[in-house]
Amino acid sequence: MPDVRADAYQEFIKGLWRDNPVFVQVLGMCPMLAVTNSAVNALAMGGATFFVLVASSFLVSSLKQWIPKQVRISTYVIIIATFVTAADYSLEALLPEVHKQLGAFIPLIVVNCMILGRQEAFASRNSVPLAVLDAIGMASGFLFALFALGSVREILGDGSFFGIDLFGPDFEPWVIMVLPPGGFLTLGLLLLFFSWVKERKEQLAERLAEAGGELS
Amino acid sequence: MSDLVWIFVSALLINNFVLSYFLGLCPFLGVSGRLETSFRLGLATVFVMLITALCAWLLNTYILIYAPYLRIISFIVVIASTVQLVEMLIKKLSPHLFRALGIFLPLITTNCAILGLAIFSTNKGYGLVQGLIYALGAGLGFTLALVLMAGLREETELAPVPRLMRGTALNLIIAGILSMAFMGFSGLFSAA
Repeated sequence: MPDVRADAYQEFIKGLWRDNPVFVQVLGMCPMLAVTNSAVNALAMGGATFFVLVASSFLVSSLKQWIPKQVRISTYVIIIATFVTAADYSLEALLPEVHKQLGAFIPLIVVNCMILGRQEAFASRNSVPLAVLDAIGMASGFLFALFALGSVREILGDGSFFGIDLFGPDFEPWVIMVLPPGGFLTLGLLLLFFSWVKERKEQLAERLAEAGGELS
Repeated sequence: MSDLVWIFVSALLINNFVLSYFLGLCPFLGVSGRLETSFRLGLATVFVMLITALCAWLLNTYILIYAPYLRIISFIVVIASTVQLVEMLIKKLSPHLFRALGIFLPLITTNCAILGLAIFSTNKGYGLVQGLIYALGAGLGFTLALVLMAGLREETELAPVPRLMRGTALNLIIAGILSMAFMGFSGLFSAA
């Protein structure tokens, strides 16, 4: 059944680019900006969010017949909070250094609007495999965005990447980039870049359509 | 006493929840279009924060010492139900205030600044009075940032901004500049 497979592929790929939760939908900003002052922190946060999103999408989708409509939001929140607790404790056990740096922002994954949004908009209405694929796509998109932001900020603000010195001792780090204003500025510029790319694509498509019209 | 003043000023200006902890960004970017509405949302948030601080203290002192792993779940459940309760109470007691706050009350549940407040004040080991002062400072700081942002955004509506820049990208860059301005406050107490 090629159709089903193509659909599944679409669900997966849309989160990465076309509906990227951060760059296109501008969701889940709070953890996004707070922890992306280095690539490692960004990856850890992205990984934790990945786990929580995929696991809760799976559970919500498989329990969807039994969740009463009136209390669905609270049910989702409790499911999400359970997985966040698990992620918090596992990270503390596995990577205590990173956990200390992320600190209070791991519990805050609970209120990441992207996760609740996916449960309400997708997982509660679709079959388990589709919900999981959608969650994996969205979470990868989120991870990608976090990683992009974290890398830019670490390279410019610290002159290093994953803690490895890049430019030698002559490089004067832009300290502002690892501080809070740098987060806002970098994300603003990245969003600008994304809407520029989108604009270019649309213009190109229009021009192609015009050219096609003239030919026929 | 000076300790309490320090907690208040620190939450209000130096460690402003929005501009240096990035908490509550969704309403900060979403609702900051108009000055009037953002002021009301800010006040509603202060109110919910104070109640949350009280609940967080109660939970921490009486329940969570026995079951620390329930922290995240119990906080979020308590916040959600408090907001609902407060909404009903205000509707009953003061219909006028209810109309003024309107749709903002339920929205506050998903504001990460509220959960952030509960978690930060637990991590810092604040007592009841300290927690309440911290909540007041954080809430007013949130209001301050929201109102400043709304004022700036109303100005940019009329400014000749490139079309691509409009929307979230511009707001984020404004927020970045505001955040830089707030960094200036970090020297406020170290000299004294």
